[in-house]
Amino acid sequence: MSEIQSAYNYKVVRQFTVMSVIWGIVGMLVGVIIAAQLVWPELNIGFLHFGRLRPLHTNAVIFAFGGCALMGSSFYVVQRTCHTRLFCDKLASFVFWGWQVVILLAAITLPLGMTSGKEYAELEWPIDILIAVVWVAYAVVFFGTIWKRTVTHIYVANWFYGGFILAVALLHIVNSAAIPVSLTKSYSAYAGVQDAMIQWWYGHNAVGFFLTAGFLGMMYYFVPKQADRPIYSYRLSVVHFWALIFTYMWAGPHHLHYTALPDWTQSVGMIFSLILLAPSWGGMINGIMTLSGAWHKLRDDPVLKFLITSLSFYGMSTFEGPMMSIKTVNALSHYTDWTIGHVHSGALGWVAMVSIGTIYYLLPRLFGKPEMHSVKLITVHFWVSTVGIVLYIASMWIAGVMQGMMWREVNADGTLAYSFVESVKVSYPFWGIRLMGGVLFLTGMLIMAYNMFKTMAGGLTEDAPVLLPAGHHA
Amino acid sequence: MSDFVNEFWNWYVILIVLVSVVACGVFLWFQSIHHSSSEQTTDTTGHVWDETLQEYNNPLPRWWMWLFYLTVFFALAYVSLYPALGRFPGIWGWTSTGAHKMEVEKAEAQLKPLFDKYLKLDLASVAADKEAMEMGGRLFQTYCIQCHGATGQGSRDKGFPNLTDKDWQWGGAPEQIVETISNGRTGMMPPYGGNPDAVGGEAGAKELANYVRSLSGLKHDADLATKGETRFKAVCFACHGMDGKGQQALGAPNLTDKTWLYGSSEAKIIETITAGRTNQMPAWKEFLGEGKVHLLAAYVFNLSSGGEKR
Repeated sequence: MSEIQSAYNYKVVRQFTVMSVIWGIVGMLVGVIIAAQLVWPELNIGFLHFGRLRPLHTNAVIFAFGGCALMGSSFYVVQRTCHTRLFCDKLASFVFWGWQVVILLAAITLPLGMTSGKEYAELEWPIDILIAVVWVAYAVVFFGTIWKRTVTHIYVANWFYGGFILAVALLHIVNSAAIPVSLTKSYSAYAGVQDAMIQWWYGHNAVGFFLTAGFLGMMYYFVPKQADRPIYSYRLSVVHFWALIFTYMWAGPHHLHYTALPDWTQSVGMIFSLILLAPSWGGMINGIMTLSGAWHKLRDDPVLKFLITSLSFYGMSTFEGPMMSIKTVNALSHYTDWTIGHVHSGALGWVAMVSIGTIYYLLPRLFGKPEMHSVKLITVHFWVSTVGIVLYIASMWIAGVMQGMMWREVNADGTLAYSFVESVKVSYPFWGIRLMGGVLFLTGMLIMAYNMFKTMAGGLTEDAPVLLPAGHHA
Repeated sequence: MSDFVNEFWNWYVILIVLVSVVACGVFLWFQSIHHSSSEQTTDTTGHVWDETLQEYNNPLPRWWMWLFYLTVFFALAYVSLYPALGRFPGIWGWTSTGAHKMEVEKAEAQLKPLFDKYLKLDLASVAADKEAMEMGGRLFQTYCIQCHGATGQGSRDKGFPNLTDKDWQWGGAPEQIVETISNGRTGMMPPYGGNPDAVGGEAGAKELANYVRSLSGLKHDADLATKGETRFKAVCFACHGMDGKGQQALGAPNLTDKTWLYGSSEAKIIETITAGRTNQMPAWKEFLGEGKVHLLAAYVFNLSSGGEKR
């Protein structure tokens, strides 16, 4: 028993890390397919059309790829920074298998059209209940580990992971409240504009806590580790952590500008979205400045390239977000491809890149290898995916601004200068470029999978011994 | 109408918004002055995790701090000028409905004369006016193409009429076109013509389909068509007429021509007879106003009668 307790639980981290790569490929492949369906509408075959596959894509990349990366990395980070084995192996194992079942159920029900109709919360009520159970187990394992830590201070990465776990539990349970009418159909517990408001309170905080706070936790461990430098400022991490989790909760209404939502609610959503700019940037500054004095490492360390580039994209999209929340800007950007570009500069540039860097850091350590099978292929992956992202974002910006301008253009007689279908027609080339960007990014993931399996082959899967906290010997 | 059911929620919103915005600034101020003396760039906080993880304690970057303050001050200014604090309308009294109303009124004042000047002219004269037809075309591209298509040719077999031919469901006279666009039309073919017994069920529908095909000279089974004719003259004639030429007043289609809204195959006609059809042209008068409807009517009139001219 004491022997088990004296080693870290790497098994569950290994499982999550490998599945993260696999689900990443699945989710991004579906993304490439729906991007192709927009270019060639005849690819919408039978029930596998855009409307059914789009939620499959978003759920797979956010909750399967992102979720596995977050759960795996948080289990790794929390043990190592608490200097103790993960709390309750069995429960940790349940979190892994439970989460995989959720993903499988999503992959079956969404193409069949079973949906609650809430964006990023499409799964029907029985799966929602399973998610809640798995999530509570996840929280118990994570906070149980914090509880039995052998160091006094809780490392900053764990604040962010912890905030993410608590907030997502709250968001999921409140927004998924529904009245079931059958095993596969339910109706929201809320009605009308209140339903819309709760949905976007959830939706925006899914971005804020799942896709931002969680991955900031990742950043706070893997950036200083890979750079081998201390975090730039403890003070900054305190300020931006509290400011971030406090203000994100308010920002949801900016998804409902110029709708039936009352004016005062829209205003409140907008001002807090703007206040959110500085707290968001705090994380970027702390991450990038950690590298100050060691910039040369960026030259030949592709893992660090991934991590630092992810922070640049993070800074870019957290600037763009508040700008788009300003009502007059939103009047142009809303409902256009600009939003899609913004989401992907966050999702590909920030979330995927920081996860990829993290996974490259983890794999050799989890499989007892000195480094990845091929460091060169990591560099190739980096450049392929960076070019992919740039193509994706740039094409969506141009298409989005163009659509927004065309929709509002009027003739001298007050008639619309362009019919909607004309804006579709001129978007085609950009949808083609977007597809190319997506294909490149997916190619990068396939390179990564090859590199991963080569690294895993013949690797040792022994758990590393728990380290004594620093100062114990002194 | 107020968004708040009672005073409590009004004050709740006012307080929680103000306190939260101010709290962001106070928190930042407190954090930036309180520890500045002990902060330094050379030594870490002294804590070490996982062998190498340490933290410097650099002070908050000044530019970042001022950016944060700036957004807080902007928020305070915004909530005093615009609606944000419960029932308080904001100093400028702006509302989204008010802003929309102003824009609409401005556009109306500017554009109404432009359209109304054609109201005095009859449809044929408007149809002959080049500028009017350009305006009508732009209206058509905005409001009509979803169903009738960019060229006005409708959607074959889907029930959306072709506006470029000489065939009219509800009449092609100027006043009839204006009426169709203004108040809309609902065309209804009841299942089995409303009389399944007289039609004779599925078998009778097949006979009728053959008779209907014979009317417009399509390939048909003569025996079935003969039986169908009896049924037609017992049930269908009420709307489509004894000769099958239909009645525009009812929107009952002419079955002897080559125009088929829902397809001319035997199977499609049987489907039309057994299941019936309901077709709807929405009413536009309220939404567009008389002036635009007049221009659109002239444009549609021109599409079909002016075919040669184009």
